[in-house]
Amino acid sequence: MGIEVRNITKTFGTFAALRDVSLGVATGELVALLGPSGSGKTTLLRIIAGLEEPDPGSGAILFHDEDVARRRVSSRRVGFVFQHYALFRQMTVFENVAFGLRVRPKRLRPSRNLVKYKVLRLLKLVQLESMANRYPHQLSGGQRQRVALARALAIEPKVLLLDEPFGALDARVRQELRQWLRRLHDEIHLTSVFVTHDQDEALELADRVLVMNEGRIEQIGTPDEVFHRPATEFVVKFMGQVNFFHGRLEGDKVHFSTMAWDWPEHAGASTQPARVFVRPHELDVDVERNGQPSLQAVVTRIHSAGPNVRLELRAASGEPLCAELTQERFRSLNLSVGNTVYVTPRDVTVFADESPK
Amino acid sequence: MTLKQHSILPGFGLTMGFTLFYLSLIVLIPLAGLLLKSATISWDQFYAAVTDPQVVASYKITFGASLVAASVNAVFGLAVAWVLVRYSFPGKNIVDAMVDLPFAMPTAVSGIALTAIYAPNGWIGRWLDPLGIEVAYTQLGIMVALTFIGLPFVVRTLQPALEDMDVEIEEAAASLGATRLQTFVRVIFPAIMPALLTGFALAFARALGEYGSVVFISGNLPMKTQIVPLLIMTKLEQYNYAEAAAIAVVALGASFAVLLFINIVQWWSRRYAA
Amino acid sequence: MKHTENIRCRAAAATTESRWVRWLLIGVSLTFLGLFLAMPLAAVFAQALSRGWAMYVRSLGDSDALSAIRLTLLVALIAVPVNTVFGVAAAWAIAKFQFFGKSVLITLIDLPYSVSPVISGMVLVLLFGRQGWLGPWLEARGIHVVFAVSGIVLATLFVTFPFVARELIPLMQAQGTEEEEAARLLGASGWQTFRRVTLPNIKWGLLYGVILCNARAMGEFGAVSVVSGHIRGETNTMPLHVEVLYNEYNTTAAFAVASLLALLALVTLVLKSVLQWKTGEQLTPEEQGYTGD
Repeated sequence: MGIEVRNITKTFGTFAALRDVSLGVATGELVALLGPSGSGKTTLLRIIAGLEEPDPGSGAILFHDEDVARRRVSSRRVGFVFQHYALFRQMTVFENVAFGLRVRPKRLRPSRNLVKYKVLRLLKLVQLESMANRYPHQLSGGQRQRVALARALAIEPKVLLLDEPFGALDARVRQELRQWLRRLHDEIHLTSVFVTHDQDEALELADRVLVMNEGRIEQIGTPDEVFHRPATEFVVKFMGQVNFFHGRLEGDKVHFSTMAWDWPEHAGASTQPARVFVRPHELDVDVERNGQPSLQAVVTRIHSAGPNVRLELRAASGEPLCAELTQERFRSLNLSVGNTVYVTPRDVTVFADESPK
Repeated sequence: MTLKQHSILPGFGLTMGFTLFYLSLIVLIPLAGLLLKSATISWDQFYAAVTDPQVVASYKITFGASLVAASVNAVFGLAVAWVLVRYSFPGKNIVDAMVDLPFAMPTAVSGIALTAIYAPNGWIGRWLDPLGIEVAYTQLGIMVALTFIGLPFVVRTLQPALEDMDVEIEEAAASLGATRLQTFVRVIFPAIMPALLTGFALAFARALGEYGSVVFISGNLPMKTQIVPLLIMTKLEQYNYAEAAAIAVVALGASFAVLLFINIVQWWSRRYAA
Repeated sequence: MKHTENIRCRAAAATTESRWVRWLLIGVSLTFLGLFLAMPLAAVFAQALSRGWAMYVRSLGDSDALSAIRLTLLVALIAVPVNTVFGVAAAWAIAKFQFFGKSVLITLIDLPYSVSPVISGMVLVLLFGRQGWLGPWLEARGIHVVFAVSGIVLATLFVTFPFVARELIPLMQAQGTEEEEAARLLGASGWQTFRRVTLPNIKWGLLYGVILCNARAMGEFGAVSVVSGHIRGETNTMPLHVEVLYNEYNTTAAFAVASLLALLALVTLVLKSVLQWKTGEQLTPEEQGYTGD
């Protein structure tokens, strides 16, 4: 196990930032901590790094099966990339990257030439060889980000931690760096954890995603699992826009609006209220009834500029709905605002309402 | 409740320990000694010492002259700050740097220089003397010295406030039909009011305790031109420590009251802050 | 960026005054500053040189004047480094850590600013004077504070106490702790972090504080006046020597010594402006952008 977090709790004053959080990251794995602001994801990352201490008596942090609680921060060998990079503003790019090597105790300090060799190799890795003598304020955001990464890698860290690595960049640079970071990770295979509030980023980049909310872990799983088999309502809502229906579980079926859906997980005989979620792209839209149970709705708005077409609808019962179609399907339906359509879910996610109101 | 949050940066114990030790040694213990000294006389003696007619007269002189000086600075300091922030003219950078002269110049030097200028045969004094205006060795002289000493406080607190003013707000006022004067009175002035009040209070506080630049020009006549610090000095020279301490406690109380006022202004001015 | 934009926008007719108002305001301001700032400064040099260059040089070469200069330098040489060490230590503790009672501590550090110089000197007399709390005890052991050099040093330490700390605290607070945290994570020791990361970041601000502290240390009058006893050639600093000469109607000599202090003030102003420009440069908006808040 690359990183193991066991039962960590952290409170600031009366605010519980983390409540009994446990997590394992396999060696060489890239894990995303995903959640809204205030969910505790950055606190967890800072605790793993040793920048914060967990509440006394709560849990342990292990790197490669070694408890690092007693280790001083300066000897933990953690590569940490700060959200705003925290580059040393009075040092050049070269000096920034060399810093971790130059501050080692004399007997462990590499020779001048070795430092130079290592730094230049890292700058090549992050494609900044030509920037070695620049100062941080002379670099673009994306370049600063890569200097921060090279600096963190220079100490040959056991784990790499990144706090909102793309948060301060504009959209285009963010996309490029995302793909570059994934390639870099595949190349060096360093156990890595990064924090983000952007679900697309987490799903695209990570081997596994950990979704956090209010100091608790909602779900840990592969991007596929988290997206297609969300464990909690929070995860469903956080993964993007979703249509919501009140329904009820009866036998092995769930009933909502005018429809019923097989739901074998609910084998109990009792009738129970339920909450039903359907993603926009999981709604089929047709201009005629196609024999299956469906919902009648009116098209209120069409967004067709994009890879897919998004329809805003209003169901006969008055509730707003959202559906997403391919451009081909949209053209074949020949829809315009005001048309009546019939929508049928292809897939649903259901949660039994444990405490009916 | 924990007294200090965890941090991976070292040296808190060392630096905090030294800070508290040195602060106590140099500042807190001596000031506590002053309070203890004034407590060695009875309340009646204390009251008699601080309400002696000569002492009351010096309060009035100090307070009045400080008030006049701070007001003069509020008016002209605003003009200076405005000109330095908004306009450009040759030599502006030098003028800007010169505003700090009263900070940088030793007060004794300022004192003798002002006295030389305003003495009846001085550069300015010789023009005022025939008009019957005496400056040196009068209360007017005290005001002049205190104006000199307080000027940077007003200008330096107003400058950042004027610089931070968003041009868009003035443009908005203009687009809504306000004249330039209306914009100043209704939009700009209320926005810089807290800074002006703070600068005024800082200049006033400094004037209350000022000694060096006043001692030469004031003439030090009891009941007429004797300011509080001079009176304390006189009592000390007479080895009348208890009375000196009593007067000093009152003076310190006044300074702290002004500081409190400044803090209230600052707090009040932040009520609109985002 | 924003600054130049503002200047350009301000040239727009909607947000500036008529030419006439502008020049009136500039004229009033410059007249005021001329009367209150330039004239006293000019007067110092005019009076100092009023009886010729030779007289000026002779006044400065006087043995009492020389010993006053020596004492002033000595006092500054002790007070400035001590308060600099204190200022850095206090700023480190206050700016880099979160703890209970921080604002109270900052207020206490500011205290000497709001104490009249005369009262600052007086508290030392009350403590160390012949009738003071500690005076007789110390005097029995041959240690003199009041009317002695050590009293002058203590008074100077008191009045220049906040200068360096007050300059560094806001600067270090604005710079945050991320760079230091990064240095620690990269394996730097506490001292390495301070010397290689913090110190280069604060060097201009530190120098600025030191220069202001030095100006006040060399120019302090009221507090030093109370404890010195005005013993010529022994406990007279330059400002005190100016007073003694002036009161003896030795005006030219008084202004000669004063002109040295005025020169010190001018040098201080020049350095201050240079450093303000340097520290301003240190915290340009784009640099602040990447260090975060």
